[in-house]
Order: sequence, then structure tokens, then C-alpha cells
Amino acid sequence: MTISPADSDKILQCPLEGIITLRRLNLYYGDFHALMEVNAAFQQQSITALIGPSGCGKSTLLRTLNRMNDLIPGIRITGEVVIDGQDIYTPGVDLTQLRKKVGMVFQRPNPFPLSIYDNVVYGPRLHGRPGRRELENLLEHSLSSVQLWDEVKDRLQTPALALTEEQQQRLCIARLLAVEPEILLMDEPCSALDPLATLRIEELMRELKKLYTIIIVTHNMQQAARVSDDTGFMYLGDLVEFGDTGQIFTRPRDTRTEDYITGKYG
Amino acid sequence: MIPRLHPKVTQAAAKTLLWALTGLTLLILIFIIVNISIKGLPQMTLGFLFQDPQDMGRHGGIFSTIIATIYVTLLAIVLASPLGVGTAIYLTEYTREGWATRIIRFGSECLAGVPSIILGLFGFVLFVMKLGFGWSILSGGLTLAIMVLPIIIRTSEEAIKAVPQEYREVCFSLGLSQWQTITRIVLPSALPGITTGIMLSVGRSLGETAVLLFTAGSALRMPTTLFDSGRTMAVHFYILAREGISMPNAYGTAAILMISILLINLAAYTLMQRLVKRYS
Repeated sequence: MTISPADSDKILQCPLEGIITLRRLNLYYGDFHALMEVNAAFQQQSITALIGPSGCGKSTLLRTLNRMNDLIPGIRITGEVVIDGQDIYTPGVDLTQLRKKVGMVFQRPNPFPLSIYDNVVYGPRLHGRPGRRELENLLEHSLSSVQLWDEVKDRLQTPALALTEEQQQRLCIARLLAVEPEILLMDEPCSALDPLATLRIEELMRELKKLYTIIIVTHNMQQAARVSDDTGFMYLGDLVEFGDTGQIFTRPRDTRTEDYITGKYG
Repeated sequence: MIPRLHPKVTQAAAKTLLWALTGLTLLILIFIIVNISIKGLPQMTLGFLFQDPQDMGRHGGIFSTIIATIYVTLLAIVLASPLGVGTAIYLTEYTREGWATRIIRFGSECLAGVPSIILGLFGFVLFVMKLGFGWSILSGGLTLAIMVLPIIIRTSEEAIKAVPQEYREVCFSLGLSQWQTITRIVLPSALPGITTGIMLSVGRSLGETAVLLFTAGSALRMPTTLFDSGRTMAVHFYILAREGISMPNAYGTAAILMISILLINLAAYTLMQRLVKRYS
């Protein structure tokens, strides 16, 4: 297949290299072509937002980055997903190592039905045999990173499900940070939260950006505008436009992007 | 125009009818329990429990049949549980839905539909004759294991499927392997359901007669090895009643059998409540 003018145009719009680089990524659910010739580069220690109407492949794209889509039957992927210089879809890739490096935060807060303490140290405990001291350091560090330490340090043994939804989402992020990832994938992490809690999680994301690369899928355009450095607009499996957030929201190049951000559909 | 009943009337009628049906179900259960208790409980003395049967069961107790029942049931559960739970894990976690899983599931459903008398005949041909285990605890336990296997597979599969997919995704996103995910999150969450299946199987095994008549035989001696024949409580009850040896002793045996099944269900229920509390 030759690269059509539209495709080559898209490549030129974004930087060619990043900590994650997608080259001509295609994904099929059976006969359904869910991602079409996606090219993109996600930059280190920055926040990239993926926006677009429902069912246009945002979450699907996010889930190709830690190979979570592998669980779905009938899926087929072509093209390259290069993370830290390695194509993660080549045979022999260590899935466990990949997923440790590329962590994921889900739509609904989903702590395990265990204590706060056990939730945070869950990953590290299974990855090695850390000592009690080591675990406690990790616990404090992870919970402090999500600004939850002061709120829960006196009740670490209480059930995680007794926390508020926002605290639960923070806890889920802390649980993820405890396995020391480099990249955080966030799939509409605020969709279950109220507006104030949403703002606080966004604040947290800006903090986390100093150490981690964050990619967030969101339905909330204001959120993308507020929090992200780069934005990608997806429509019907196509990454229509990808680039600097300021530019996308003020001077979109594609009419579909413009129609979406001005609220003509979606 | 056909006159319609007022919704209030139909509502009241439906409520009464459904209440009556529920009451009837309960009544049948109570009738059985009370009937067997009245006829059986007077026999239930320590002597009846802890003495071996004498004179074909006309006199003495039923101790050897209690022991045979425990042996056969325990053997069946010990064999069938790992096999059944393992199959369920494989079907739900390790394969994608396809012709292979459909065949396994269809096979297991067919197995569940086989009448126990035919299963008994199969056990007799294979274990008793062909493999030469004779009428024995071993043959009985093996055949019972085959009988309860579909129950364990089915209930375990349902329990494992009921574990939220999210938990698995979280585990994978933390970089845990599939096996770690299964042992640390999936199985603990599914344990109450799996336990229910195993307890159902215990109940089925305790009450089974047809399979054991063919495979474990009906010797009244105390079984001491796996290769000894043994008569379980249910078989003992059947023979006492069928051959008119002693109706009072038959009812005594039935009462004990019924009470042990009730106790086991009660124990399973409390255990499950505790497990559910711990994991939620």
C-alpha cells in the first residue's frame, strides 16, 4: 500500500520521534478496522491528550500501548509501536516488563477489596520479596506522590473501598506508581468524579508529569485544553490531527477538528 | 369489550398465589424433615452411631457405614476438585471461546446428564472389572468423582466468570503474570462460588446409591484399605428398606444422613459468609 498524500501530510504534522512512536499502526477487531494508519509521537515528561467522539478508537489506541488489547479475541495489529527504542509487538517481548513500564489508570476507581496498605504494596510484593522497611518507604512515597499520605496515614489498615471515589482513584494511581512505571496511560480517569475532584486530579497530573510521561483519553475538551501539552484528535479510527494543544484548540488545521472543538458534534 | 380486572386485584391475586407456592415448597421440605426425624431420631443413640452393624443391620449400629461414606465422599471430592477447578480455570482464563472450549463444555454438560445408574455401570466395567479394583472404596470414589466433576466445573466456571474483568486488567497493568493474577485475585474472589460447588458435590456424593451399589459394593465390614468394599449410609438405608430388614434402623440411618447434609450445608454457608466478608 502506498502512502496517500493525506497520510504523508499527517506524518509531517508531528515530531517523528518520542518516547513512544507509532508508525502506520492499524488495528482490526475481526473485520472492523478500528485504527487506521496511525502515526504519532508521544513526548517524554509531558501530557498528551486523546480527544474525539465516543467509539472513535481513543481507548483502543491507548490500550495498544501496553498491549491490553491482546486479551480481546479476533484482534489483529499491524505497524509499529516503538517504546524506548523497542517495537513492543515484536515476538519475544516480555509483556510483564512492558506493563510494569507502561502502567494504566482506569475509568472507574477500582481498588482491590483489601486494605489501603495492601492495595499500594500489591504490585511490589508480587514482583519481589521486599523487606518491611522497603515496603513502608515505598508506601509513603507512593501515597505522598498522589497527595493522599496525610489523609490516610492513620488508617492504612482500613478497607480501601471505604474511601471517597476521588481518594480511591488517587489510591489506584499510587498502586501503579509503586511498581515504578515510566509511562502512565489514563483512560478517562475523571469520568466518575465530580468537577472539583476532577480539578484536583488534573493538578496531580501536572505534578506527576515532572517524573512520568502521561497519555490521557478524555471526553472533556476543557480538560484536554487545561492539562495537556499535546493533543490528538481522533475520528472514526483516524488520528485526524496531532500536535501542540494550544495550536489544536486555537488554529486547528482540519475542519473535522474544528467542528468537534467548537461543539458542532460529539 | 372484555372487562379487565383492576391492576390492584391482579396484583393482590399474584402476590397471594406466589406466596402460596413458596409456602408449599417450604411445607414439602418441612414435611420430609419432620417425617424422617420422628421415625429416625428415636434410633439415634451413641450406640447406633458407634457400633458396627450386626445381623445384616437388623441389630447394632451403623458405624462402618458412616466411615465408608466418609472415605468414598472424601476420595471423590479430593479427586474431582482439583480436576474440576483446573478445567474451569483453563476454560475461562487460558483459552478463547472456540470449538475446543465448546466441545469441552458440551462434554461436561453431557456428563452431567448421564443417569447415575449408567455411570455406576460404567464404573463397574472400567474400575471394578477392567482395572481390577474390585468392589472397593477406590472404585466408588473414582466413579463418584466422575459424577460430580461437571457440577464442580460448572459452578467454578460461573464463579470465575463473575470476577470483574477490571481486576484482571488492573493486575496485568501492574505487570503481574497471568498465573499471579489467577492465584492472587481471581481465585480468592471466586472462592465462595467454588466452595458452593464443592459442597453441592459433597451432598450429591453422600446421598448417592446407584453408583455405589455397582462400584463400592455393600460389604458391612469396616473398610480398612482403598481396596476394601464398603457400604455407605445411603446404600445401607436402601438395602435395609428394600429387603425389609429393619425399617426403624433404615429411618435412623436416613435421619443421620439428612442431619449430616444439613450440617455440611450450614458449615459451608458460614464459611462462605466469612470468605465473602474478607474479600469485600
